[in-house]
Amino acid sequence: MDFQWDILVEYAPFFLKGTLLTIGLSLAGILIGTVLGLFIGLGKMMKNKFLSFPFSVYITLFRGTPMLVQIMLIHFAVVPLFTGGTNGIAAAILTLSLNSAAYIAEIFRAGIQSIDKGQMEAARSLGMTHVQAMRYVILPQAFKRMIPPLGNEFIVLIKESSLASLVAAPELMYWGRAMQGQYFRVWEPYLTAALIYLVLTLSLSFLLSRLERRLSTE
Amino acid sequence: MIEVKNLKKSFGTNVVLKDINVKVKPQEVVVVIGPSGSGKSTFLRCINLLESITDGHVYIEGTDITDKKSDINKVRAEVGMVFQQFNLFPHKKVIENIMLAPMKVRNTSAAEARKKGLELLRKVGLEDKAEAYPDSLSGGQKQRVAIARALAMEPKIMLFDEPTSALDPEMVGEVLEVMKQLAKEGMTMVVVTHEMGFAKEVGDRVIFMDGGLIVEENTPIELFDHPKEDRTKAFLSKVL
Ligand SMILES: Nc1ncnc2c1ncn2[C@@H]1O[C@H](COP(=O)(O)OP(=O)(O)O)[C@@H](O)[C@H]1O
Ligand SMILES: [Mg+2]
Repeated sequence: MDFQWDILVEYAPFFLKGTLLTIGLSLAGILIGTVLGLFIGLGKMMKNKFLSFPFSVYITLFRGTPMLVQIMLIHFAVVPLFTGGTNGIAAAILTLSLNSAAYIAEIFRAGIQSIDKGQMEAARSLGMTHVQAMRYVILPQAFKRMIPPLGNEFIVLIKESSLASLVAAPELMYWGRAMQGQYFRVWEPYLTAALIYLVLTLSLSFLLSRLERRLSTE
Repeated sequence: MIEVKNLKKSFGTNVVLKDINVKVKPQEVVVVIGPSGSGKSTFLRCINLLESITDGHVYIEGTDITDKKSDINKVRAEVGMVFQQFNLFPHKKVIENIMLAPMKVRNTSAAEARKKGLELLRKVGLEDKAEAYPDSLSGGQKQRVAIARALAMEPKIMLFDEPTSALDPEMVGEVLEVMKQLAKEGMTMVVVTHEMGFAKEVGDRVIFMDGGLIVEENTPIELFDHPKEDRTKAFLSKVL
């Protein structure tokens, strides 16, 4: 195996652009997915079974089918339905957000339900409303417990954003495939992409473990 | 002060309270005893609607709390509750545990709430623990903080659900001491406990519950020394 550094140098600007888009897609997926996930998680926790049922269905669908299938459906069927054309970046962000929302909803629900029932009762017995008890007593405790699984989900999201290359969103993996197509080389593009993904996921784990330590000593 | 009329409570098909009628006068200390599973906790929890009431009425200072129109948060703010498991907020310092409800429910300023909180901590002998986190306290200290937290809302009534049952024996005394002090200051109290010494010293009345019913009620001396019902005798012979 002779490693051709010159074609890597040639592709470096594309990899850089691709990495930025990968970060952008992941961030968008994390942010939108977290907000959506919070609402879907709360929705699933509603006592009324008829109201909570759609949220359960949503979670089951998105967790029970491959993301590859989801992104194909969204790219070739859902997005054209609304805009009349395809758009790889929009489809990627939509898929990552909707998919991670399902997982994050479950993380929120598990986090909230892991807090001892006595906490809510103590807060309510002091005259706090349900919302106040959630806001000041339950959520701050649940949030700490949610950081490790949320971190995992964010890391999964960075890796899964590589599926966007299949709908022509020019992110990291897209340029890797482009390089393979142009030079018929496989080691150079994919090892490089792997290394960049590793740097991204390791940086995120590092940030999360620092946040976790900071909160646990508070 | 508190009037419980024909209170019934079921969990599904399990009827836990059958027909409870109790009146508690201002400044009265009522002690509730009875075997495990007899419905003592459920009874207390119905008084501030931590459990929904299946049937009957509970009046707190004339307000029917079973009436959908009454503001239950307002009623709860007047009724303090102390739990067997303390239920302190572990993410907040001791003083913050005490300040939280007055600030959020009564809109007390932080400075005012802190001043009041420190006063209450002094009262329960824990002024030096204001900045500590609950995890660093002993069981007895936790329960004293929980009492201070409830008192910070300036409740007119205090409910205690086996406040010393989760404590190591050497810590029971310090908590009972605080409760006796409260009783002497004229607090209206309903206390589920098996501390007979406490019942005799500060209790005005003892209620014996069994199987979701009030079997017998009397002054502590009469009930403990001359129980009338067989079930009361059987229970007392086991715990005394
Ligand atoms: N949330 C609940 N759901 C179902 N059953 C309950 C619940 N809480 C209490 N019970 C039942 O009610 C009965 C009385 O319980 P409780 O009031 O805790 O008794 P005590 O405090 O006298 O030991 C028990 O049989 C218990 O199993
Ligand atoms: Mg009990």
